Order: sequence, then C-alpha cells, then structure tokens
Amino acid sequence: MSSAVFWGTLAAVFAAGLALTGLVENEYYYNALYLILQAMLMAVAWNILGGFTGYVNFGSAGFFAMGAYTTVALHKALGLPLPLLILAGGAVGGLVGLGVGYLTLRLKGVYFAIATLAMAIVVETLINNWTYVGGARGFYILTPEKHLWFDSYIQMLFVVMLLLTLAAVAVSRILNSSRLGRGLAAIRDDEIAAECAGVPTLKLKLISASVMGAMMGVAGAPFPFFVTFVDPVSAFNLFIAVNAIAMPMIGGTAHWIGPVIGALLVGTTQEVVKVTVSSEMNVLIVGIMLVLFITLAPQGIVGLAQRLRARGSR
Amino acid sequence: MSGMVLRAEGVTKRFGGFVALQEVALHVGPGERVGLIGPNGSGKTTLINCISGALASDEGRIEFQGRDVTRLPPHQRTRLGVARTFQIPKPFRSMSVLDNLRVPLEYAAWSRAEHRRIRDEAMETLELIGLQHRAGTSAASLTQVDMRKLELARALAAKPRLLVSDEAMAGLSSSEVDEILEILLALNRRGVAVIMIEHVMRAVMKFSERVAVLVAGRKIADGNPQAIAADPNVIKAYLGE
Repeated sequence: MSSAVFWGTLAAVFAAGLALTGLVENEYYYNALYLILQAMLMAVAWNILGGFTGYVNFGSAGFFAMGAYTTVALHKALGLPLPLLILAGGAVGGLVGLGVGYLTLRLKGVYFAIATLAMAIVVETLINNWTYVGGARGFYILTPEKHLWFDSYIQMLFVVMLLLTLAAVAVSRILNSSRLGRGLAAIRDDEIAAECAGVPTLKLKLISASVMGAMMGVAGAPFPFFVTFVDPVSAFNLFIAVNAIAMPMIGGTAHWIGPVIGALLVGTTQEVVKVTVSSEMNVLIVGIMLVLFITLAPQGIVGLAQRLRARGSR
Repeated sequence: MSGMVLRAEGVTKRFGGFVALQEVALHVGPGERVGLIGPNGSGKTTLINCISGALASDEGRIEFQGRDVTRLPPHQRTRLGVARTFQIPKPFRSMSVLDNLRVPLEYAAWSRAEHRRIRDEAMETLELIGLQHRAGTSAASLTQVDMRKLELARALAAKPRLLVSDEAMAGLSSSEVDEILEILLALNRRGVAVIMIEHVMRAVMKFSERVAVLVAGRKIADGNPQAIAADPNVIKAYLGE
C-alpha cells in the first residue's frame, strides 16, 4: 500500500465516521462501533510488542485498566477535560510499560509473558484496595453535559475513539516500515544476532513496551465515560487481554494491517453474535476462531494472503 | 602493542564449576589473519563470545583498537568494528536477504554510511559475497552455503575492522569451502583482520598467517602454521599420546 493510498484511506474512514454521526441516531450502533474500535486499538498496541518485537504480553487488561483508573482519579480530583485525561492515561500506561519492561524484558519468552500477567494481577489488587477510586465497589461517573456539536455523548466518544485508533494504526505502520521497525523485527527473529548486528536490543524493547503501554492506556482512558460505572471486574476483564492477543494472531502479527483486519473480523462477529444469538456466545466465537486460525493459517490472514499470492506468481 | 586491533588478556570464563577459559590471551594485529583451532569443547566459541560480548568474561581485559571494551554490550562492540558470524547461521528469517544487510548498515555503520546509500551499500556487499542474485529472496529459504554467505555478508555490512568467523565452512563441500575461503581472503585484502575458527585444517593452514591452539580452555600454542603443525603438544592434543 503506497503512502498516498494509506493516508487517503485514513482520512476517508474518519470522514465516513463523522458523516455517520449526522445520519444515524440510534445509539446502539455507536456503542457497537466504539467496542470494535477499542478492541482494534488494543490489538494494534499489543502487536507492537507482541507481533513486531516477538514478546507476548498477557497483561493487556492491566494497562487498559490503568488508563481507565487514571481517568477516574484525575476526573475526581481535578475534573480535567477528556483530551487531557486521554493524554494522562497514555502517559501512565507508557511509564508503566517502560518500568515493567525494564524489570522483565531481560526475561525471555514465556517468563516475560508470566511477568506481564503477574503485573496485571498486582495492579488489580492495588485498585481493589484503593478506596479513593471506589475500590472493589466500583465508581460511578456522570456523563458530562457537553458533547461539542454531536447529538449525544456516545457519538462524540465514538468519534474520539475513531481518531485515537486511526492515529495508532498510523504509528504502527510508520514503525513497521522504519529503521526502528527493522530493528524490532531483527529482535523477534534472533535477539543475539540482532545485538551482534549493532541493534541496541534492550533500548528497542523498552521503546516498544512503552509505546504499547501508552496506546493501551489511551484505549482505557475514555472507558469510564463509555460505561459510566467502572469496577475492577470490568476494567481488568480477561476478555480484553484475550481479544488483544487473539485479534492480531487471527489477522497476522508481522504486518501492521494484521491486527486491523483481525479486529474488524473478530470484533464485528462478536457484536453481531451478541445481538443475534447471545452475549455469552461471543466469548466462544473468539476461541473457535483462534483454534481454526492457529491450525489452518498460523501466520494469520495476512500470512495466508501472502502465501496465496506467492503461489499465484509462481 | 598499541597498534593491535584486538588485545585480549587473561580472559577467564566459568560456567558454574566448569572452567571454559582460563587466562587466555589473544592478540590480533591490523589486517592479520589468525586461525583459532582446538578440539571440540576446547573453548573456541566461548572465547569469541567473550570477544564479541555475547558472554561477559569473569576475569580479564579485552581491548579493541586500544579501547577497553570488556564491559561493553555486543551492539556497541559491533559499532566499534568487531563483527562475527555464528556457527549455526542465525539469519533474520522474516526478512529478505537485502533487509538482513540493512539492519547492520542502519544500526552499526550508520554514522559511517550515508543513509540514502544504504540500498546501494547492501547490494555492493552482496556482490562482493556473490549473493546479489538472492537479494530479494526470503532469508529463510536459502541453501546452507548461501546462509553461510549471508552470515558473512551481514557481518561485513557492519564495516568491521575485525571479523570473527565461527566455523563458516562446517558441513560444506570442498568446492564450497574454497568459495568461502576466497571471500574471506577478499575481505582481508580490504584491510579487515580475521579470526577464523575452523575444523577444516586445509582451510586453516592455507588461510592463516598465525594459528592459536586452544585445548581445554587454555592456549597451548600460538605461532606460524608450519610450526604449529609440527608442535608435539598440538599433535598430542589432537591425536592423543
């Protein structure tokens, strides 16, 4: 995909999102689209460390919840506006990503995955016992009165999430094809060989973990306004972490477009199943899709397309 | 002695109670060709891991072009000019052959190479090695000999002053050995000092100006190839009493 096509597509998608708010009033659609976009943002974020760099993170829900609870705390303490809350969520997520990365990225493979899972549990315990943000009882947040020129607050949140997700996709694409992205791919392919080729592996892994954490914090920051009631069970939902891993795996991890395709496919299926069949079924859907793709197309949809194209050109 | 490219003194490495290297010294002059031989398990690869920084030595001092690099991580040593190949090739499998070379060009040699010329530089290096027709191929699909060549090409792309070649010829046919030997000699003619670890004696004797022998973690001999081949200690180490 050329740069012109890429930026044109991003602009067109954003324009379509804006146009939608002028045409459709039914709030359900914005709810569903918000959830799909939130999942896409999480998947794109996970893929920066998990796909590009090759370090699997099971603690995505922890980073997401940190963004959400940063909003809760700062909203209660200072009443900051949404853009600042999103920036703050990103900053907290990025810093925690850097810190956890510094402590655990010397660990290889499965040890790093376990460490991230442990981090999420530690943070959840802290939040459960922090009464200022509601502790285990949860926290009600009132939907603000103002929603710019949009008809409702959810419309505005949808447009905000669309903007954030498109920005994350752009960052991911730039990263994928840059010098930094090649360094990350070298780490994924062979860390010692990368180091001996002059790649400062620890530094790059820390950058990668920080970007991932920041994006996940950003994804979680508007969440309290979306649900209006946050408690640790919803913010640290395992489903968030599972989706963040499953979507890139199904779409393909090596290419920036993989998590986008995966999130569109899995997220849309989930939302459709949720209303047409049952809200419990959509959990099963991810499981089945993941099993199917791992056995039939281990490189995901992108890998499958590349293989078919290679066969076609032969 | 300050003109030395590499000065390793008293390098000791232990793995638990096992002493893999004991006070090994190795000096390499500018543009020199040094062979490093020894039976299996004698510590050759451990020594070059300590030189390239993949392992930290427990004792001793390693100087590169007069600079103490003992505590530097591998990527900084590569940037200073120490490049190595791996015994078992470690290509970046998800990348094309050309992109494999872009990594060291961008990360190790970037201050010395103009950024726009990176593609040209990568192609030049591939031509020197004889891999230019494979530039667009995925690194994972190369044949064994081409993978060895890619190892050399990637090391070379870092623009080293010292190249450590770890068994680049193991398992190759006689004509392929000659091919790799030619490449190493061509690199050396450009002024790159080479340490060659090899079991193919014919290649070591032909290539080296000087040969160092490691046995059980100690250097037992260091001298010109003819003297080494006649050294009774070396013969004993290889053939037994």
